[in-house]
Amino acid sequence: MPVELVVNVALAGTLTGLVYGLMALGLSVIFGVVRVVNFAHGEMMTIAMYAAVLLFAHWNIDPFVAALPIAAVFFVLGYALQTGLINPFITRPEHSQFMLLVAVAIIMVNGLLVGFGPDARSVQVEYQLESWALGPILFDKARLYAAAMALLASAALFAFFRFTLAGKAIRACADNYLGARVVGLNVHRYYALTFGLGSACVAIAGCMMVVLVDVTPVLGPGFTLLAFVIVIVGGLGSMPGALLGGVLIGLSEAMAGLFIQPSAKSMVSFALLILVLLFRPQGLLGRRA
Amino acid sequence: MSFDRRKFNQALAAAGTLGALSPFGIVNAQPKKLKVGVLLPLSGVQGFIGQSCKKGADLAPEVIRSMLGVDLEIMMADTETNVDVARTRAERLIQEGANVLVGAFDSGQTAAIAQVAEQRGIPHVINIAAAPQITNQGYKFVFRNFQTAIDIVRNGLSLMGDLFQATNTVPRTAVYMHVNDTFGRAVTKGIGALFPRQTQLPFKIVDTIPYDPAAKDLTVEISKAKATGADFLMLVCRLNDAILLRREMIKQRWNPMGVISPGSPGMYEEQFTKVLGRYAEYCVSNVPWYNPTAPLTKVVEKAFLKRNPKDRLVFHGLNVGFTFEALLVAADAFKRASSSDPKTLADAIRQTNIASKMTLGGPIKFNAKGQVEGIGSACVQNLKGTPTVVLPKNAATAKPVFPQPSYKA
Repeated sequence: MPVELVVNVALAGTLTGLVYGLMALGLSVIFGVVRVVNFAHGEMMTIAMYAAVLLFAHWNIDPFVAALPIAAVFFVLGYALQTGLINPFITRPEHSQFMLLVAVAIIMVNGLLVGFGPDARSVQVEYQLESWALGPILFDKARLYAAAMALLASAALFAFFRFTLAGKAIRACADNYLGARVVGLNVHRYYALTFGLGSACVAIAGCMMVVLVDVTPVLGPGFTLLAFVIVIVGGLGSMPGALLGGVLIGLSEAMAGLFIQPSAKSMVSFALLILVLLFRPQGLLGRRA
Repeated sequence: MSFDRRKFNQALAAAGTLGALSPFGIVNAQPKKLKVGVLLPLSGVQGFIGQSCKKGADLAPEVIRSMLGVDLEIMMADTETNVDVARTRAERLIQEGANVLVGAFDSGQTAAIAQVAEQRGIPHVINIAAAPQITNQGYKFVFRNFQTAIDIVRNGLSLMGDLFQATNTVPRTAVYMHVNDTFGRAVTKGIGALFPRQTQLPFKIVDTIPYDPAAKDLTVEISKAKATGADFLMLVCRLNDAILLRREMIKQRWNPMGVISPGSPGMYEEQFTKVLGRYAEYCVSNVPWYNPTAPLTKVVEKAFLKRNPKDRLVFHGLNVGFTFEALLVAADAFKRASSSDPKTLADAIRQTNIASKMTLGGPIKFNAKGQVEGIGSACVQNLKGTPTVVLPKNAATAKPVFPQPSYKA
């Protein structure tokens, strides 16, 4: 098999994996702090993709530009969702939280079906069909931009958690719920802030993803599942783990398509998941409980 | 006349018997309308093509009433591009009183509907679906006015040879990519059986790459195809995947001599041209097609434009043509049978002989298996944003372009 073929496929897989990573980062952040698993994560990403399609169709706004306002709106929506709906469920049994978020996901998918119909929609930006060539190696422009944006957004999120007071407070809430309350932190407000940030992450990922794939309402559950696989492989609650997991899954899917068969892509990512669960249940970069 | 208790009881018994028999159509008066359950993938991956077929079903009642004086009641059902949904929708249409079923574009969904129709003894006229097994199972209520996969491949490969001859080209290698669903596998089986016998074709197939019909990304598949260095891409596709695939070819700067389908939807659809613009140019589809000069086409086109003033029939001709003809077959049988009794209707459909038709090929006559033979194909190339017949010469409106000019990404 020609080396350039392997390199090109690996490159495409890695770049897509970075966008997957950003998507999973949102899920990981929410779980790491709020301890609620967002089963509507993929559906939220699909809504962001539709938002990008609408902005492009009506005002010709590039999804990379649209990412910022969409992320801001998602932050507000995420904040409101946590405050209004999820906070009351924080102390309830896990199956109640599960049912709540599954219900939210179903409402989102059906809302999209009602609003947009079942057909695929896409954006048509000029650079979408362009690539740079370095000898026989091709860099797909849209994929490269998407990956760069994913890295940028991830870096911003890391910086927020590491260097800002609010970020430190959120980490304190995640580390010790009772302790955070004792020192006077408004834990529920920080939970809402975290859910807002996770939602903003997934919104940016959606805007990146829409230049790579067409969007349909039923994409959501697939993305939710993919996000779960990624965060479990990378380590639930670990931010670098989510990015690493995304790259690993993107790369392994691409390689499986090349060396085994394209239809075996998902099979390999799930095999990877089983291996991680067997030999490193806390995930590659996760901390042992 | 006195109405004593005995007479009252007899009348009640008679009414009861009538009521009990009426669902079986035994005592129904001659119906004025034929209820046709039309099943199409109006949403989901095949939604665009299903909607295109629906345009044929929408205009049929008006055109058929003026042609045959028969009233059709269309009962439309969405299969959602899902085999199980197709099966349950077919059951429901029969429960709701459909006399005939028509549909459903996709082989997998059609096979499921055919099974239901056969079990319930309701005639099923297939508009589009190519898997040969559908009419090879000895069904008595299933009829198909469309080529089987074997016929599609035979005609498609033959037209491929004609294309190379007409353009004085001799490609030596092809990479074959196909959508991995019931239709794609049926065509692939047909190619496996027929290709080795096509000695007039100058090329060999260097690799076969199947792909998921609902794929969101075809990067790996195109990378593999490109790496074969094949002269051209032989493609069996659907619409959405065809768009994805073409985009990926452009991204990866793969410029083969051309993209030729030996018989599949996708590249002649309006959405393909609308989404890809100039990148849709020169793609070739060897498919069953409609005859633009046939008198029936003129009638259908008029009705089509009345209902869809912004559309052009050329983008919907195949879907509209075969869907309309399926309804025409049902209406024609209903008129001859003067009955909506399913068995009588099925017998009448078996005797169909419609010479004035919209699609290419001989008259609509079903053989013992319920299959129409002699349906023609055309080599259709996207030229100046329009699917254009370039072969056979007697139906061509333009000359074929092969190899295709290199596009600049």
